Amino acid sequence: MKASKPEGSQSSDRYGRRADLKYALHLLRRNPIVLTGVAISVASVLLALLSPLIVNPTSWDQQPLNLRLCWNNPIVNWQIANVFNCGGSAVYPLGTDSYGRSLLQMIILAIPVDLEIAFEVVASAVVIGVFFGGLAGYKGGIVDEAILRVTDVFLAIPGILLAIVLIVVLGRSLPTLTIAVLTTWWPYYVRLMRSQVLSEKEKPYVERLRAMGAGGIRILYGHIVQNSIYPVLVQATLDIGSVILTVSALTFIGLTPSPLLPELGNLSNQGIQYIFTAPWLILFPGLTILIISLGFNLLGDGIRDVFDPRLRR
Amino acid sequence: MTDNNDYLLRTENLFKWFPTRIGILSRTVAYVKAVDGVSIGIRRGETFGLVGESGCGKTTLGRTLMRLTEPSKGSVAFEGTMISALKGSRLKPFRRKMQVVFQDPYASLDPRQSIGSALLEPMKIHRIASTKSEAKKMAGELLEKVGLNTDHLARFPHEFSGGQRQRIAIAIALAVKPSFIVLDEPTSALDVSVQAQILRLLRNLQQELDLTFLFISHNLAVIRQMCDRTAVMYLGRIVEFAETKKLFENPKHPYTKALLSSVPVPDPSKRRELGVLQGNIPSPVAIPSGCRFRTRCPYATEKCLNLPPPLIEVERGHWIECHYDIDFAAASKVEIRPRAT
Repeated sequence: MKASKPEGSQSSDRYGRRADLKYALHLLRRNPIVLTGVAISVASVLLALLSPLIVNPTSWDQQPLNLRLCWNNPIVNWQIANVFNCGGSAVYPLGTDSYGRSLLQMIILAIPVDLEIAFEVVASAVVIGVFFGGLAGYKGGIVDEAILRVTDVFLAIPGILLAIVLIVVLGRSLPTLTIAVLTTWWPYYVRLMRSQVLSEKEKPYVERLRAMGAGGIRILYGHIVQNSIYPVLVQATLDIGSVILTVSALTFIGLTPSPLLPELGNLSNQGIQYIFTAPWLILFPGLTILIISLGFNLLGDGIRDVFDPRLRR
Repeated sequence: MTDNNDYLLRTENLFKWFPTRIGILSRTVAYVKAVDGVSIGIRRGETFGLVGESGCGKTTLGRTLMRLTEPSKGSVAFEGTMISALKGSRLKPFRRKMQVVFQDPYASLDPRQSIGSALLEPMKIHRIASTKSEAKKMAGELLEKVGLNTDHLARFPHEFSGGQRQRIAIAIALAVKPSFIVLDEPTSALDVSVQAQILRLLRNLQQELDLTFLFISHNLAVIRQMCDRTAVMYLGRIVEFAETKKLFENPKHPYTKALLSSVPVPDPSKRRELGVLQGNIPSPVAIPSGCRFRTRCPYATEKCLNLPPPLIEVERGHWIECHYDIDFAAASKVEIRPRAT
């Protein structure tokens, strides 16, 4: 605390949003597990943003020229079985894949692909959830019933199956993959938001706003949603990891636009054929999936701990 | 009960029944009769008290007056306009004239909205200030009017005490320059000393801004101090209504009598028999036949079982709903005389 500060600014320093943030950071700093989550998610997002600068983003469908330069990694020392596979060298730190491309480069290119799908799916699900879930919870009655019955239809079909059918029908491409996963994902957000709004809308301040003459849109999206969105945001952070898992599961079973596409699930799929002869091909993409989803899960847990108002005030 | 034109707000035979539904077909099996035929008139500039036990429907009556719920039957007239029949945007001009302050100052403010923004919002909704700086100036003045200062504008509700929050809630209600405010137990969540401050503030504001209050409370002392006229509510109906002074000095309805005598008096010489009411308030789903108070009334007779009591003006401006003229003054040997109706 600086003693030179005037009275007024000091009091707004002790309270208000800046102090909230400070306290949140303080809580974060105390928890090493959450801190790990933050580190992993920030690192993966940074890596995804910087990946076009590290690796030429168009290089993945070009066959490399020189494959003979590789030698056995003295530490890992895996046997080379396939002529195109190479177990690790100064040029190919994680070895090469079955197409002779650097596995490390492919993983670096794959991270932004997976993260982009994950962010798109989760962000759209949140928007849809806030809009329709909020509407269902606030309006109630027939609107609520209609929206819930639609979510029921989607929830009744097993998610992966629905996604597979959609990809097969719509054709294999990255946007289709996004749409397919989103289709299985949004109903949960509608239900979550609805339940939050249901409990929030009974609070007296909502009644006061109605008495004041505020319209439904102002009350719902200006007040109720702001007060009930935190669990949804926590769920969204947790779900980034889950979406990455789902997407890689889909591409792992072959629903990929191209077998050459650097995408973590697809890379694993390409690798599983050589699991006994060149295990690094499935090991490293798999590990990347694990680490990134774990990172976002830990981050989500941390956000829940930090922003849970019951633990705050 | 009402006869001249000096009323700001009048209700005519107002009902609010909540249906109890069961099953997937939402079959209505019963009604919760929260407000069961209420006719009151609130005069311009007065503080109208509404007193009764928990669950007697006083809050529902307040909400129905404000059109926060739709009345099931009957009408509410505000400044001569039937607001019970208005909908949507036609109701908005009246929202500006009627405001409400709730019991719980912790829950009646949006926790994520700064005090300044909460004060500006009603001005925005009703386009009261022409510019933003003017609105901000008005917000500051409102805070000063309720005893806070302009520095508080940037703060959030959790930074204030209960009394301060109630002051903020009052400031927000005043932001639209209303003429009528429903005060729904505005002090029952507060400490006694803070209660007194808030009550004094309300009185001063009423004089300064020419406000009309509907003061809902279960606290008889507060009602006695604040209200010009008082209505006693029991199971959805007004059972006695008079000027506050008359009501407290000379209650005519057995229920009012029991309510008043259940307040302990800190004076041994005035010690009297505590007229404790027997049993609980009956469920508003199954209201007793005849007189609704008969299940707990020490004077109930056969007549009370069968006939709903008439509304009678026992003195000028003093109305009760009872079959009998009970002489409470004659202490132990109470006299019950049937009324000539």
